[in-house]
Amino acid sequence: MEGSIVSTVKYRKTNKGKIKIRTVTTSSVVIKTTLSILLFLTVYGLVTLDTKDVNLIEAVKDFAINLRTMFFQSSLSNFTFFQSLYQILVTLGLAFLTTLIGGFIALFLGLLAAENLSSKRVSTVIKGFVAFIRAVPTVLWVLVFAIAAGLGSVAAVIGMTFHTVGYLIKAYSESFEEIDKGCIEALKASGASWWQIVFQAILPSAATYLLSWTFLRFEVNFTNAVAMGAAAGAGGIGFELFMASGFYFNVREVGFITYLILFTAIILEVFSTRLKNKFLLGS
Amino acid sequence: MVLLDVKNVSKRYKDTKALSNVNFSVKEGEFISIIGPSGAGKSTLLRCINRMIDANDGEIIFDGIDVLKLNKRDLRRLRTKIGMIFQHYNLVYRLSVIENVLHGRLGYKSKIDGIIGRYSEEEKEQALKILEDLGLGQQIYKRCDELSGGQKQRVGIARSLIQNPKMILCDEPIASLDPSSSKVIMDQLKDISVEKGITCLVNLHQVEVAIKYSDRIIGVNSGQVVFDGPSRELSSDTIYAIYGTEAGNLIVD
Amino acid sequence: MQINPFVKKRRQFIGLTIILTIFTFASIIITEYDVVKGFTSAPRAINWMIANLYPKEEALKNLPRILDKLGETVIISIGSTTVASIFALMFAILGSKTTKVNNVLSLFSRLTASIFRNIPIVAWAMVLLFSFGQSSFTGYLALFFVTFGFLTRAFMETIDEASFSCVEALRATGANYIHIIFQAVLPSSIPQIISWMLFMIETNIRSSTLIGILTGTGIGFSFNLYYKSMNYNAASLVVISIVCTVLLIELLSNYIRRVIL
Repeated sequence: MEGSIVSTVKYRKTNKGKIKIRTVTTSSVVIKTTLSILLFLTVYGLVTLDTKDVNLIEAVKDFAINLRTMFFQSSLSNFTFFQSLYQILVTLGLAFLTTLIGGFIALFLGLLAAENLSSKRVSTVIKGFVAFIRAVPTVLWVLVFAIAAGLGSVAAVIGMTFHTVGYLIKAYSESFEEIDKGCIEALKASGASWWQIVFQAILPSAATYLLSWTFLRFEVNFTNAVAMGAAAGAGGIGFELFMASGFYFNVREVGFITYLILFTAIILEVFSTRLKNKFLLGS
Repeated sequence: MVLLDVKNVSKRYKDTKALSNVNFSVKEGEFISIIGPSGAGKSTLLRCINRMIDANDGEIIFDGIDVLKLNKRDLRRLRTKIGMIFQHYNLVYRLSVIENVLHGRLGYKSKIDGIIGRYSEEEKEQALKILEDLGLGQQIYKRCDELSGGQKQRVGIARSLIQNPKMILCDEPIASLDPSSSKVIMDQLKDISVEKGITCLVNLHQVEVAIKYSDRIIGVNSGQVVFDGPSRELSSDTIYAIYGTEAGNLIVD
Repeated sequence: MQINPFVKKRRQFIGLTIILTIFTFASIIITEYDVVKGFTSAPRAINWMIANLYPKEEALKNLPRILDKLGETVIISIGSTTVASIFALMFAILGSKTTKVNNVLSLFSRLTASIFRNIPIVAWAMVLLFSFGQSSFTGYLALFFVTFGFLTRAFMETIDEASFSCVEALRATGANYIHIIFQAVLPSSIPQIISWMLFMIETNIRSSTLIGILTGTGIGFSFNLYYKSMNYNAASLVVISIVCTVLLIELLSNYIRRVIL
């Protein structure tokens, strides 16, 4: 330190007469406000939580014991190992059909929602509609469809398709919008029709993105299919989970089923992370 | 007086050898450029000196201290004496210019002061002085993402200067800059070395720049030192030895 | 010999089509999916929705009760997200490539996060129901666990992306670990962290509807009550209020993102 250095730089001082080093920007104000509001609501929530006379300490102890039984003494009693694997396949099947149907619809609507491929107005309308579809929880779509189609795989697949379409349209159209403008212009200049542009330029260059997003969604749909099995009678491993816990109160069986789901989900996740790293982040 | 002595330093990554038996020494106040093709190990070499990368073998003596034998705490103390400047500036872009400069003082701070970012008035005044000298007097409260590339690099230089370093390591400081900003940055580095007597070790890609500014040039190829001498002794043959087939594009005259 | 890239592309495409067809048929058989019904029920359901799924005047008297439950759901979603994000941030710092302390802790935190993320929320809810009954704790904790797992991964990626380079620079100045976290990692990743939290709050409002249906709590319970008693006018009011809330939060989130990112 060279002692007191007199500088001619214009600097601001704080109330205490010290040199200011931070500045107040809109961004920092919004960040602080957002965090304070979230924190306030969290504390408010904890204070007003509807505890229904649950003894917290007892409940936590009980939960710990249940977790231990669940994960360290898991076993099957109401059905066989082979049957449980079959139920996993049913859930995977539901997820697959949902992703496939949703993917097809989203591919078409995604083209219309991409601003560089359609008009601004069409794009805005579709994107607004999609925001609405995504705002409705999947389980409500499924239950509403169950009134018309009855509880079962049809209602589950169609209900889940709504959300899938909503999600994929957003992902697909953003992938399309990232495609190089020059590439589209060059084809337009050569007199190619809209469909030719889509098939010769758009789909081939976006294919890897589409694949990665679709698989990512398949992973989400697997979890959704488990949930719909439990909450909306769609069958599969989710239903077995619901029966084991809500009907037989069998913690061990819940544990076994959880392991199976966990195992399947981790395999899917590893696979989709690889796809993502290869295609989405690599470029 | 010798400030830095690099003896037989080697670095391996699994199968590939990044550095093999590198030897050189640096006198106080010298301005040295390390040149070589990309992937030759320049970056690794620079990072081995302040142990951002740990060398496998050899000895590095900085200011009489055996760098490779230091424990974590002493290593941090050593690093406060060595500034570092990066190709991509490596600033915290959401913070103000002066906050980024003051980051150079963190190595001297107590836990609490560092966490909340409390700096003394002398430190702040020193930061203002350095910024003024580097021509950033008008930018002190700007967020770093609002600056141009050349200005960002000057913030990087200011951050290393406020450390009161004995030596500054510069890793490709002008590789992402346009020619005119490059000149400003190199001139400033040269001034620092001449006026403050701070040793500069600069990785460079451009031979002409190296010849123009440095007292001495070290040529590196495939992890080995293939040339070490005053810049005037660098002939087209030696440039060919350093750059191999890439050399054709580099020799302009 | 090199295969013509077009031939290779075509072969890949045909291969993919065959695999997808096989999977489709297998899925249809295994899930007992009725394809015809699938196509016909969609328009039927939409017709039914238009005819029945709107609130009538008499349903409006349920509105205060619905809004009360909705408010509770929103608060729980926000609370569980905020608390989970604090834990997630700690685990993410330990787990990230940029800021890990050592490999053992990094692996441990990655593994923990992966387990919490991949156990479906339904499983958490059902197990929690055993101990916490139909109290708000059940939903709160179920959301907390899954959010924690998800955010840990998201934060880890954020830290690696946003702060790798400035962490390197501060390490080189001799700053210690805790200084680097507070002066480099947090300032550079906080906008992205908030963005993820907002995303999670939105997701959690939808998830808590599901949990509510399963465990008989919150807004999900209200919906289920009207749904099962075939009071579809009131049920539609629940749906509309959820949609409005989610859209409102999305709008607010988009505004915040635009300013801070």
